[in-house]
Amino acid sequence: MIDRETVLHIAQLARLGLSDEEVELFRQQLSSILEHMAILREADVSGVSPLAHASRLTNVMREDEPAPSYPPQVLLANAPDQEEQCLKVNAVLEES
Amino acid sequence: MSALHELTLSEAATLLRQRQISSVELTRAFLERIEALDGRIRAFTLVTADLALQQAQEADQRLQRGEQVTPLTGIPLAIKDVICTKDIPTTCSSRMLEHFRPPFNATVMERLQAAGAVMLGKTNMDEFAMGSSTEHSAFFPTHNPWDLERTPGGSSGGSAAAVAAGMAPGALGSDTGGSIRQPAALCNVVGLKPTYGRVSRFGLVAFASSLDQIGPFARTARDAALLLQAIAGPDPRDSTCSATPVPDYTAELTGEIRGLRIGVPVEYWEAPGMDPGVARVGQEAVNRLRELGAEIREVSLPHTRYGVAAYYIIAPAEASANLARYDGVKYGYSYRDTSDMWEALDKTRQYGFGPEVKRRIMLGTYVLSAGYYDAYYKQAQKVRALIAQDFERAFEQCDVLVSPASPTVAFRLGEKLSDPYQMYLNDVFTIPANLAGICGISIPSGFSEGLPVGLQILGNAFAEATILRVADAFQRVTDYHIQRPAL
Repeated sequence: MIDRETVLHIAQLARLGLSDEEVELFRQQLSSILEHMAILREADVSGVSPLAHASRLTNVMREDEPAPSYPPQVLLANAPDQEEQCLKVNAVLEES
Repeated sequence: MSALHELTLSEAATLLRQRQISSVELTRAFLERIEALDGRIRAFTLVTADLALQQAQEADQRLQRGEQVTPLTGIPLAIKDVICTKDIPTTCSSRMLEHFRPPFNATVMERLQAAGAVMLGKTNMDEFAMGSSTEHSAFFPTHNPWDLERTPGGSSGGSAAAVAAGMAPGALGSDTGGSIRQPAALCNVVGLKPTYGRVSRFGLVAFASSLDQIGPFARTARDAALLLQAIAGPDPRDSTCSATPVPDYTAELTGEIRGLRIGVPVEYWEAPGMDPGVARVGQEAVNRLRELGAEIREVSLPHTRYGVAAYYIIAPAEASANLARYDGVKYGYSYRDTSDMWEALDKTRQYGFGPEVKRRIMLGTYVLSAGYYDAYYKQAQKVRALIAQDFERAFEQCDVLVSPASPTVAFRLGEKLSDPYQMYLNDVFTIPANLAGICGISIPSGFSEGLPVGLQILGNAFAEATILRVADAFQRVTDYHIQRPAL
């Protein structure tokens, strides 16, 4: 079972704001979903290596050739806020 | 000649090459069909009519000159709104990307354009491709053309419904756990999930990067083969995209499957939740394949029962990492009513994402967090290895595996929205192929209670030609794929 504190902790790790209703809903739903996941413990995985992907490829290499990139105005076209060809963000460091 | 919107992609291509019809006429016919029907079906998030007619004119010039003509030249297509289209909104049916216009085309779009294809518009989906009903679109649900009270499946429900309703002769979707095959099954169209690495993912907005793959929707296996031909092959911008040579898919459509070993995985057919009507239709399809000379044999995929649980740990884990990029700084929705960095970040994600996306970010973050990683994520990855081994062993005895693509026919809108795990169980027959990275196709195989049932044909890695051959052979002796919903 997942408690309210765990939901709030996970939400903070994910940087995901949640309403009080969502906290309660996800507490119930995640608990229920994870109960179904418990079936995985029944699988005999002794000696099995984890499989992260099924691409059947290793170390794909290519020449490092210069190629034109995008002009700044193109890359900034979707930015919510910008100034002097930079993304504008809220202050990261507080004034002391 | 049948009405233009009833033509298959291959039929239209032949008429275009013979100059019996023009691409502008063909494109207009589909745009008119969209205009007439999409108010009820809601398959499209955006119809790009002006662009489509412009591309159709260019295609007509190519056809007139007889230069650089491919089977897709002048063919109108619908594109799932998770595939980046340069300067054209690409929303993933999310508030987060509602106003996002990519500065580049996905590789598949570059290839379609080079082939001379025409884009009709972008299709609706479950937000960020997370869902099995297209009800998790932040904008509106899509309706199944066979029964407007039911879902088309998902997440590529818009693309499937567009083809089913004759609003496009073909479409692209993406499949992370069944998002092409399940809606294809529920809408009576063909949907193919290629082998992981067969098609470039460059420009496909990422959901779960080790599982995602772009693939085609069409009315026939032959049409799906033509679409796959155009988009498959290596791409330096996607290092997981394979250099394995791409065969001539239509050349493999011989109609001949005598002696082919077709496996019937018992765990799929005996799965809890399998609707008896669906199983009956599936069994008749297997009998048809036997009549065509295929050798039917039972096989076991013993770890099938763990598939849904493993997938709903691995996919949300990857999603929680992929969706960390939505921070309201570079692009997308941004909460502005605060000068506090952390509050802006929290609220951007709170208001930008819908409920299913938040649920999966929470689940994924949980299974990756300290103390739970080994018990959930690592265990799921080990089970993934066992599921991949199941297929390796099965393909030593069989050329393809067949089962229904979905355990039920299309369900009612709203029916499974309140219980996420019930929704996840829709994917029980499609998920294992993504975990193992193999290819699969769903084709129309009959009806139960008046609703379509899809037959899934799974093939080994890079065996697309084989599953297409079986699908085509089946379609030569059946007419399910020709049947149309009454609209």
